[in-house]
Amino acid sequence: MSSAGTKAQKDAALRAGKKDDVVIRVRGLVNGFGDKIIHDHIDLDVKRGEVLGVVGGSGTGKSVLLRSIVGLNRPLSGSIKVFGQETVGLAPDEMRGLQLHWGVLFQEGALFSSMTVAQNIQVPMRRWTNMPQSLMDELAAMKLSLVGLPEDAARKFPSELSGGMKKRAGLARALSLDPELLFLDEPTAGLDPISAAQFDQLVGDLQKSLGLTVFMVTHDIDTLRATTDRIAVLVNKKIKVGTIKELLQDKDPWIHEYFAGPRGRAALGG
Amino acid sequence: MVKNFRVTLPVDNPASAKLEKAQGRARLVCAGDWTVSELTDLDEQLSALDLKSVRDLEIDASGITSLDSGGAWLLLRTKRLVDKAGAKATLTLPEKYHPLLETMDSGHTAPPVTHPPYVGFRGLLERTGEGTVHALRQGYDLLGFLGRVAVETVEAALAPRRELPWAAFVHQIEETGLTALPIVGLLAFLLGIVITYQGADQLARFGAQIYTIDFLGIGFLRELGGLVTAIIIAGRSGSAFTAQIGTMQVNEELDAMQTIGLNIAETLVLPRVLGLVVALPILTLFADVVGIIGGMVMTYFDLGVTIPAFMRELGNAITVKTLMVGLIKAPVFAFMIALVGCFEGMRVERNAASVGKLTTRSVVESIFLIIAADAGFSVLFSVLGI
Repeated sequence: MSSAGTKAQKDAALRAGKKDDVVIRVRGLVNGFGDKIIHDHIDLDVKRGEVLGVVGGSGTGKSVLLRSIVGLNRPLSGSIKVFGQETVGLAPDEMRGLQLHWGVLFQEGALFSSMTVAQNIQVPMRRWTNMPQSLMDELAAMKLSLVGLPEDAARKFPSELSGGMKKRAGLARALSLDPELLFLDEPTAGLDPISAAQFDQLVGDLQKSLGLTVFMVTHDIDTLRATTDRIAVLVNKKIKVGTIKELLQDKDPWIHEYFAGPRGRAALGG
Repeated sequence: MVKNFRVTLPVDNPASAKLEKAQGRARLVCAGDWTVSELTDLDEQLSALDLKSVRDLEIDASGITSLDSGGAWLLLRTKRLVDKAGAKATLTLPEKYHPLLETMDSGHTAPPVTHPPYVGFRGLLERTGEGTVHALRQGYDLLGFLGRVAVETVEAALAPRRELPWAAFVHQIEETGLTALPIVGLLAFLLGIVITYQGADQLARFGAQIYTIDFLGIGFLRELGGLVTAIIIAGRSGSAFTAQIGTMQVNEELDAMQTIGLNIAETLVLPRVLGLVVALPILTLFADVVGIIGGMVMTYFDLGVTIPAFMRELGNAITVKTLMVGLIKAPVFAFMIALVGCFEGMRVERNAASVGKLTTRSVVESIFLIIAADAGFSVLFSVLGI
């Protein structure tokens, strides 16, 4: 009956939830399309201040898991709590109180193509605050420099940016309201190794200085090694969580191939 | 606090910034949660502070309980303002926020972004100039495109061994011609009724109702049938061409075709242009016939003219030449619609708004060109005495 509470009660619950050590708590999550089950009762905890990498083969539902947590995908059953708030079955307008506390970076940046980069960054500010334009302009410039984009990028349209710059701009938009929780969907896919390494460094730096909790879907084993604290592997409709060291000992053939195969060995220096 | 109605979550400790002045030294005491929900108020308070006369400012932020990058920016901005004015500012901050402030201080040196405003007479002049140059360039580019299509068409015609995209050509005739029959027929029929009704009304004043049929026959065959059909097709097929080719452009399909060695003009533009050039005269003929039938139905009910009498009067009024004068314009209209549609499609940029903008522009431009060309034809025919 959580939805029946008054706004003050909900705020209090959210404030209490934000002090909890577990930011995302997934229990018994089932996802599927038609007859095909993708997630079969999976459990997952994401702790405050950690960087969790999510890996898995194509079609194992990495992005579906991310989309379920942020409410873009309705699971068949199970419970997902973000900051202590149940999100499964929540109506879109009930979700809004939570949306302000997380930022999402989509795979291709998903910048609004009819707006400049600065305007893109200001969209969440306009939606959630009543800041004056001068302050929003200052903050947009500041976010751009945080993600390592040059000053003149502010006035450019997304179509004028390279792939890597789009991702940085998307990250700046995700950080617009200084959320504590950041979702990244394949942040380094499609970037050259040097840009990818810079992006990893950037995420790591921001995570430390802003104290972020990061939920990152990725294929990039270098990124996993460079930035993540723990890794969740989606395999056989279940999830296995551990550090790289722990997962290297795992007997599952896919996990073994992933971490101990030629590319994994090269990246992990083993 | 009242103004902050949008951010739903109140903070634990309201933020504050107080300036204490004593003997030329100033202390800015900052406390509370310097986070996103407090930024608007803090920005206001800090902007209102009189820091001009201050020589030494000590920003004491040790009382801050929570700090995000927005709050850190406000601290940094205050410090920089004082530094810039030639005074000395020091900042004390709890240990745990040092990394954040260092990241920001080292990375962010840029002044706030300013958007150059388009205001005043100069702005008006600039926009007028930009618009004029843009329109001229547009005409120049369209001319270039026309040349390219013309060369391709001649080449395709002269080299019969070359594989023409026959399937695409036939498909375009079906798409732009056959499927447009119902809407063109319906509108032509209604237009025939309207013209007959209005014509009969006016001519009745002179007791010359029977000339309604002449009016209908000549007016519809020479002008209206072709014009209305062309305008419908500009809205229906010209827009479709722009949207199709534009979406392919967004999807990088055109680039892919180029790298495979496919000729874009030949594979995309030529079938559309030729298909429409064939389809539009047929549609115009169809519209002429249906429009006359509409008029016939109306004269029967309104004026009591029987069908044989209608036919006899129509036969006296029009000749094959009347029909041909109307039909000869159709391929020209078709060529313009298809050319503009494809041209605008290829100018689409890689963003969502662009497809819609250029589709609108394509329809407006082709309707403009149709009516302008029709006026040109009228002058030409009257000079030639047709």
